[in-house]
Amino acid sequence: MLGLEMKDFRLLLIVIGLTMLAPFILNPFPEGSEMAQFNAGYPDLMQRFVIFGIFAIGFNILFGLTGYLSFGHAAFLGAGSYGAVWMFKLLSMNVLPAIAISVVIAGLFSLLIGFISLRRSGIYFSILTLAFAQMSFALAYSVLTPITGGETGLQLALDDPRIFGASQTATGNIPVPSLFGLEMRSSYELELGSWLFTFNAGYYLAAVFMIIAFYMSIRIFRSPFGMMLRAIKSNQTRMSYTGLNARPYTLAAFVISGMYAGLAGGLMASMDPLAGAERMQWTASGEVVLMTILGGAGTLIGPVLGAGMIKYFENIFSKINETILHGWFAFLPDGLENFVVAMVYPFIGKGWHLTLGIVFMLVVIFLPGGLVQGGQKIAGLFRRKKAEDTKPNATEPAE
Amino acid sequence: MDQFILQILNGLDKGSAYALIALGLTLIFGTLGVVNFAHGALFMLGAFVAVTVSNILTLSHKVVDETRTDFLGNPLQVDVPYLYDLFGQAAGDTIIDWAVPISIIIAIPIMVGIGFAMERGLIKYFYKRPHADQILVTFGLAIVIQEIVKYFYGANPIPTPAPEAFVGSFDFGVILGFDPNAIIYPYWRLVYFFFSVVIIGAVFAFLQFTTFGMVVRAGMADRETVGLLGIDIDKRFTIMFGIAAAVAGLAGVMYAPINSPNYHMGMDFLVLSFVVVVVGGMGSLPGAVAAGFLLGILESFASMSAVIDILPGINQIIIYLVAIIILLTRPRGLMGRKGVMEE
Repeated sequence: MLGLEMKDFRLLLIVIGLTMLAPFILNPFPEGSEMAQFNAGYPDLMQRFVIFGIFAIGFNILFGLTGYLSFGHAAFLGAGSYGAVWMFKLLSMNVLPAIAISVVIAGLFSLLIGFISLRRSGIYFSILTLAFAQMSFALAYSVLTPITGGETGLQLALDDPRIFGASQTATGNIPVPSLFGLEMRSSYELELGSWLFTFNAGYYLAAVFMIIAFYMSIRIFRSPFGMMLRAIKSNQTRMSYTGLNARPYTLAAFVISGMYAGLAGGLMASMDPLAGAERMQWTASGEVVLMTILGGAGTLIGPVLGAGMIKYFENIFSKINETILHGWFAFLPDGLENFVVAMVYPFIGKGWHLTLGIVFMLVVIFLPGGLVQGGQKIAGLFRRKKAEDTKPNATEPAE
Repeated sequence: MDQFILQILNGLDKGSAYALIALGLTLIFGTLGVVNFAHGALFMLGAFVAVTVSNILTLSHKVVDETRTDFLGNPLQVDVPYLYDLFGQAAGDTIIDWAVPISIIIAIPIMVGIGFAMERGLIKYFYKRPHADQILVTFGLAIVIQEIVKYFYGANPIPTPAPEAFVGSFDFGVILGFDPNAIIYPYWRLVYFFFSVVIIGAVFAFLQFTTFGMVVRAGMADRETVGLLGIDIDKRFTIMFGIAAAVAGLAGVMYAPINSPNYHMGMDFLVLSFVVVVVGGMGSLPGAVAAGFLLGILESFASMSAVIDILPGINQIIIYLVAIIILLTRPRGLMGRKGVMEE
């Protein structure tokens, strides 16, 4: 189906189902209940899930397949969102040209950086990409202020030209990004009993893009080109001995993943039309590394899971404060309650980064294949018990 | 001319910090072959040892001062550090004032211990894993260390002053025959520079003139052969890891008065230190030191207003620019050895 094997097609269908039904799935708890704080089904967070999902899928094409660890990928995301905001300023508030230009700009930018950085490999490559990204960040922050808006970031203004659209709305406000009139921030709210589900236009646009991005990454993974990239990861020397030049392949992978990052940046600007230099900082690049590794580098679904998990923790987990914790453990005797809260509190709420760091270290140490590998191991335990009497060699190759 | 000298001096203190961190990084890389992304966190821990020591020294108890009253007319309560009780007020004040230098002595065993724990507890298991895994696990460790420090000390910078004797600036211009106040340089930065020279000298002397250092150097050159000679090279490399951690920690202790420590200062320095190591040449100790000072001085030259007028923004990017040019033209860095991280 669609040029995919049955197994991949099933995975794609699952992803389509999950993203399309996300407003239901992410809002399992009724409005106003104690557990409602764990609901993630509000537009802003759902948009972030899919946008960072795209970013991580793209990063995985580079790191998961070729093993080149880039520490500067956020630069392309930043460049993409600057491009998109400029389109909003100059052309119109339609999101399609903005997203298109963000992909193109990020592609060109990554071609330039990739062409230079890929002359080296291993840690040197990491340092080079890091250096380029930090350079872009520093420049965007200082000298390039006319283009990037400097410290305040690039914002829309009432006197922007917007050739194909209006500079301002009839009421004198800055227009909002839209897809042929469908505003990105518009939502349809569905109330079922005490549940409230929000269907946001921007989320569904981003989700469609993510599904396309995911489909393309499956195709790349299964293509001869993807095979070449894996060959580079497993043994580049041997590959060059067989007469193949690895550089064009790595460069293509780098540019593709840069374009994914640009797409993510363009979508980010479409949801909220501003762009700032901090999106390019190396901590942002580090974040996508965390997402990909946590979920499982080199797997198809891993990066999306990792991105979702980190964003969920960042937005939901971090809101839990001491009072809520005391509420949870109120059933314990007083002294014990205070003790448990004191033990748990450093790891959640504002300290969620600590949990993230520990989980990340555990994953790197024990599960190099990320959470996906962990899931497979657990599933394998159950399957082996069943399979022992039917098929002895039922272990599937890890993918 | 006076501008020129001033910029060199300005570059020296930052360059010293770069050189010290890069030296530690190279020590770890050269001996154990591990790329340690948590090295910046060790630098930061050092600075927080200074903070902790000065907190401990100023531990106080409340005493009612009969001679003074607060605005309500009640007797005023004053905080009296326990040190006053032990040594009297004058001596106690001096000790508190010298908190940062005292922390140096305390920081050495602490940092060596942390280094040992890190190597034995975590890094040991990563020798055989790819460099990417080493980067990732130490990156995770750096996040964990940072967050622990943030939990205990908060997110704001904590001012940690230098001893009274080193407050103020030294007028270099007068010595060199320029106008007074043409070249002023804070005393503490001068101290920092000499301190780092001493540390760097000590590390080199240790490696060059002791039997232990000789074995370590032999191990850096050919680990297997040294092992075959019946020397437990792993144990010595662990000790080198401890020393490298101590070097980073001392750099942090002494840097606390220059820049108030906060929990992410390590990361800020780490990125630059890695660039420094790569410019100097992976695995080359003199290269790391030379590149540290060189880049520190270059950075301060690039922030001269005369330079910025010609090339705006150059001060922000000079280090990265130099790194890119060096990596592309001299792949091994300034003094890189053949065969180190070539693939």
